[in-house]
Amino acid sequence: MKNAFMLLALGVFLLLSYGLYQGLVAAPTEATMGNVQRIFYYHLPSAILAFLCFTVNFLASVTYLMKRNARADALAVTTAEVGVVFCTVVLVTGPLWARPVWGIWWTWDARLTSTLLLWLIYVSYLMLRRFASGGQAPVLSSALAIFGFVDVGFVYMANRWFRTQHPQPVLFGAEGSGLDPSMRPALIWNLVAFTAYAALLVWIRYRMERARQELEQAHALAALAGGGR
Amino acid sequence: MSLLSVTRSSLAKDLRLEWRSKDALNAMLFFALLVVVIFSFSFEPSAEESRRIAGGLVWVAFLFAAVVALNQTWARELRNQVLDAYRVSPAPADALFLSKVLGNFLFVAVLELLMTPLFSVFFDLRALGATWQLLPVALFGTWALVVNGTFFAAVSLRTRSREIMLPLLLFPISVPALIAMVRATTLILTGEDSAFLPLVFLAVYDIVFTTVCLLLFETVLHAE
Repeated sequence: MKNAFMLLALGVFLLLSYGLYQGLVAAPTEATMGNVQRIFYYHLPSAILAFLCFTVNFLASVTYLMKRNARADALAVTTAEVGVVFCTVVLVTGPLWARPVWGIWWTWDARLTSTLLLWLIYVSYLMLRRFASGGQAPVLSSALAIFGFVDVGFVYMANRWFRTQHPQPVLFGAEGSGLDPSMRPALIWNLVAFTAYAALLVWIRYRMERARQELEQAHALAALAGGGR
Repeated sequence: MSLLSVTRSSLAKDLRLEWRSKDALNAMLFFALLVVVIFSFSFEPSAEESRRIAGGLVWVAFLFAAVVALNQTWARELRNQVLDAYRVSPAPADALFLSKVLGNFLFVAVLELLMTPLFSVFFDLRALGATWQLLPVALFGTWALVVNGTFFAAVSLRTRSREIMLPLLLFPISVPALIAMVRATTLILTGEDSAFLPLVFLAVYDIVFTTVCLLLFETVLHAE
């Protein structure tokens, strides 16, 4: 287990290093934005992984509520934590990129606001897990996860329809649509590297959470056995 | 026991309790009054400006004040293990939830009725659009705050430091509703455009979240 982790961690490290090389050196400099566009190779993979983590969290929460399966709950905690980490990366790299390109750090457009709200909801999810007492935490936080998932769609539409118009962000090459083919390898390598990194984090955190659950159960059983005497 | 009769008797009990103690209402009213006064000191808008910002101020004040009442909803049932008795009784959980939502809705509605005139005096407000449209905005908006608020008050009841937990859970979830409420109110006050779209949005939000609350409430009530 420990060796497997070390081996995988080394693999992820190599992948991330190669991704960094691809993004910083191999990829061509963007015509209008210059070098700052390279942040894109970190920004987009982080965003994709954050959304992926939160989707898995939602599915795991629903599974937990239906089957009361401790593994589903462990997966839900794990993906929420890893998702918050990647979402933080998105929210930090976004303004860093926006400032030189759009001239502003932040704009309340639909996508930015939904990402921020997603982050807020999942931070509140983690707080709830921390504050909820013992055995109730999984049920309560699963319920919150479902609320959060439903809410994000509403936030996106609310921002598109009702917020006063801010300068529309010009997203060069976002979502792969306008991306120059010469930039594709850097994006794909980083996407692969980040996915491997996220998978590693989820896996090791999942093992920790399972160990914690088993320990808790053992304690509970020991207390029960001791109480019988 | 039917859903309707349990809802009605539980609601009647809550209203009677509130009528005799007036705990929630007094606390909410005074809190909202303080928020209004502090807002008036913080901003000194002209009549034109206040039309633009009042929608936001009013709803933020109501949201904060509602949390005061929501925090008391379930805490009241902890005394004498009333909530535990509810859990083992065959009464439908939905009835308990609905009665709490209706009770809170009435409390917050009373608060809004009393505070709105005060707001318009302090901020020199006069709607340029159709004033009657503020009524559906208030109805749908209050329902949106109260239905999720009652649900998350039941969730935060099970946590340590529950009083602070409720706003932490409720505010992120309420953001879309708040955006629509503020937008609708501002449109009516400034008379720039029809408030139809945000109203429809609020109605859909209410329907969806009421459904989600009803689906999940029993699970949360029985969480062990």
